[in-house]
Amino acid sequence: MKVALFITCLADQFFAEAGVAAVRLLRHLGCTVEFPEGQTCCGQPAYNAGYWAEARQVAEHTLGVLERADYVVLPSGSCTTMLRTFYPELFREQPRRFAQAEALSQKTYELAEFIVKVLGVSHLGQGLKGRRIAYHHGCHALRELGIKQEPLTLLRNAGAEIVDWAAAEECCGFGGLFSVKLPEVALSMADRKLSTLPPTSQIDFLTSADGGCMLHLSGRIENRGLGLPVRPLASVLWEAAQ
Amino acid sequence: MKVAANQYPQEAARVLREEPQVRESVTGATLNFDSKRRQAYAEVDAETWRHWAESVKNHVLSNLDRYLLEAEASLQKNGVQVHWAEDADDARRIVADIARAGQVRKVVKAKTMVSEELAINPMLEGMGVEVLETDLGEYIIQLLQQPPSHIVGPAIHLNLAQIRQLFHERFQTPPDASPEHLAAVARQLLREGFLKADMGISGGNFVVAETGTLALIENEGNIRLSTSAPRIHVALVGIEKLLPRFTDLAVFLSLTARAATGQRLGTFVSLIQGPRQPGEPDGPEEVHVVFVDNGRSSVLADPEAWETLRCLRCAACLNACPVYRQTGGHAYGYVYSGPIGAILSPGLLGLEETKPLPYASSLCGACFQACPVRIPIPKLLLTWRNRAVQEGLSPRLEAAAIKGYALAMTQPWAYRLASKALRLLPEKALDNTVVPVIKAWTEGRAGLKPSPKSFRQMWEDGEV
Ligand code: SF4
Repeated sequence: MKVALFITCLADQFFAEAGVAAVRLLRHLGCTVEFPEGQTCCGQPAYNAGYWAEARQVAEHTLGVLERADYVVLPSGSCTTMLRTFYPELFREQPRRFAQAEALSQKTYELAEFIVKVLGVSHLGQGLKGRRIAYHHGCHALRELGIKQEPLTLLRNAGAEIVDWAAAEECCGFGGLFSVKLPEVALSMADRKLSTLPPTSQIDFLTSADGGCMLHLSGRIENRGLGLPVRPLASVLWEAAQ
Repeated sequence: MKVAANQYPQEAARVLREEPQVRESVTGATLNFDSKRRQAYAEVDAETWRHWAESVKNHVLSNLDRYLLEAEASLQKNGVQVHWAEDADDARRIVADIARAGQVRKVVKAKTMVSEELAINPMLEGMGVEVLETDLGEYIIQLLQQPPSHIVGPAIHLNLAQIRQLFHERFQTPPDASPEHLAAVARQLLREGFLKADMGISGGNFVVAETGTLALIENEGNIRLSTSAPRIHVALVGIEKLLPRFTDLAVFLSLTARAATGQRLGTFVSLIQGPRQPGEPDGPEEVHVVFVDNGRSSVLADPEAWETLRCLRCAACLNACPVYRQTGGHAYGYVYSGPIGAILSPGLLGLEETKPLPYASSLCGACFQACPVRIPIPKLLLTWRNRAVQEGLSPRLEAAAIKGYALAMTQPWAYRLASKALRLLPEKALDNTVVPVIKAWTEGRAGLKPSPKSFRQMWEDGEV
């Protein structure tokens, strides 16, 4: 199966290892991975801030870059949502572009979702035996795309224990520009979310499919000296397959 | 009412810094409301109910002119006097006229957000009329001269210690009085109010066009008393609160109660069918319904924002909102706060007055998931943000930055260049900088650390 990896700009710059892990994992599962060269960012920063004209420019660019792909896979829930849900929204009034966006929407998947739903794989290996993991659900993946069980299934089937976390499904407070427009509120949200974790001594690491959430949460965790490692889901899934 | 919505970012930061107990009280109460809502939704086929309620409301809003006229005729047939208030001035004048004609000296009020919107209390007090809030939460914040901070729980931002202190100062209750004791003291005071009042003012959860029925939901019994004990009852009702038929009420009443407090039905539901009839032992002599527009028809005429008017004011979106939870409602600077406030306030007041509100959200989507009438709140927040941009209300620096961003992201060479530049920056630059955005980031968060090599670089170098 031929898969185009859309790395997303945050992963490209801050979690390059997530991209590497995603490629290795997909190859391990029998896929041929391509990396369409012209790709940049999905356009979400502009879209969420209300700059739809600019978001359309970036989206048009991405539509062109990914036009020929059979499947597009992203190691990010919120960028997947951008491509799958918000691109068609953006082009509601331009029939040709809308058709293009719909076509992209149909073939775009978040990594864990792709592995479970398209590849039909729910057992990657036993590489996570005995690991205790806190899983942060990114809001877009969870509520816009309904991705909830897929990552958990893969982690559990690899031997990990997902720790009980009352606020696992609560927003971490990142929200793109929100985190810098209303930094006090954003940090307070992160604190509230982190305060409902079991003691960090009972957790090996926190993982999430979303780069933005991870930057925000890990930045806060480090700042407060909580000593909890944060790892991209793609890297953890690759470890699962070992 | 006074609008301070433009102060949202400063106010939110201030509340977090100076009043940490607000966050604690609001978080505790909203989490409790929210989990009760989930349980109550789980008992019914919530998705079907929500879709049905959405379509009934859409139908009403699409035919609002017709239903308003039908409601007026039905109400009048029941002996209710109907008034139309185009704006807040109109509404105040109408209420003042009714009060004057009825020689009203004392008013009891049942909880109504629309009367806050219209600033009815200051107007009445200006006329020398004594106004008593009879909802326990409203009564407490009236004593403190504060506006409500939540649609359903107006005093949600206060904790028990603060209320104890207040009652101790005002009514000499023991400093450690139990909640039951405090409630009993308030009940005693309010009871006298009901008996002496000439006029009762309420809002309205629903008005049924077919039968002219005014429906009110509550838990304390004060609404029932406020609307039945005094000689005159005035109900202030937003024009969007209509339901077509009496049979629609059953599900809407239950849906509202489940969404608001997780109850199957409010403890008291009043279905008011007009003033006291000859031979009836009690009930008001006059019942007035004031249909309030005050900006609603312009929201209705707005092809992108009209869905906002499906709102039942259940506050489920506030309870589900992690942003609201941090500060409570006062920071929003207007009577409607939280997610619904962030989309309704710009519609009612215009974006100039309210521009920070659509940004007061991380777009997590919990509000939409909670809303019993499926108002697409995140989508509407984005719509208002887009309008702010189009109307040139967004910060100039931000607009320029986004333009630059779009340019870079449509030119792969520019993206590469930016990626290289990011790695050439001295470590300090991303940590301890004067660049405003990065500064806002690093205050409270560890500095950004780019991967030593971007993924793209690794791919191109054949390392993947
Ligand atoms: S927007 Fe929906 S959830 Fe919020 S108050 Fe209105 S009806 Fe309730």
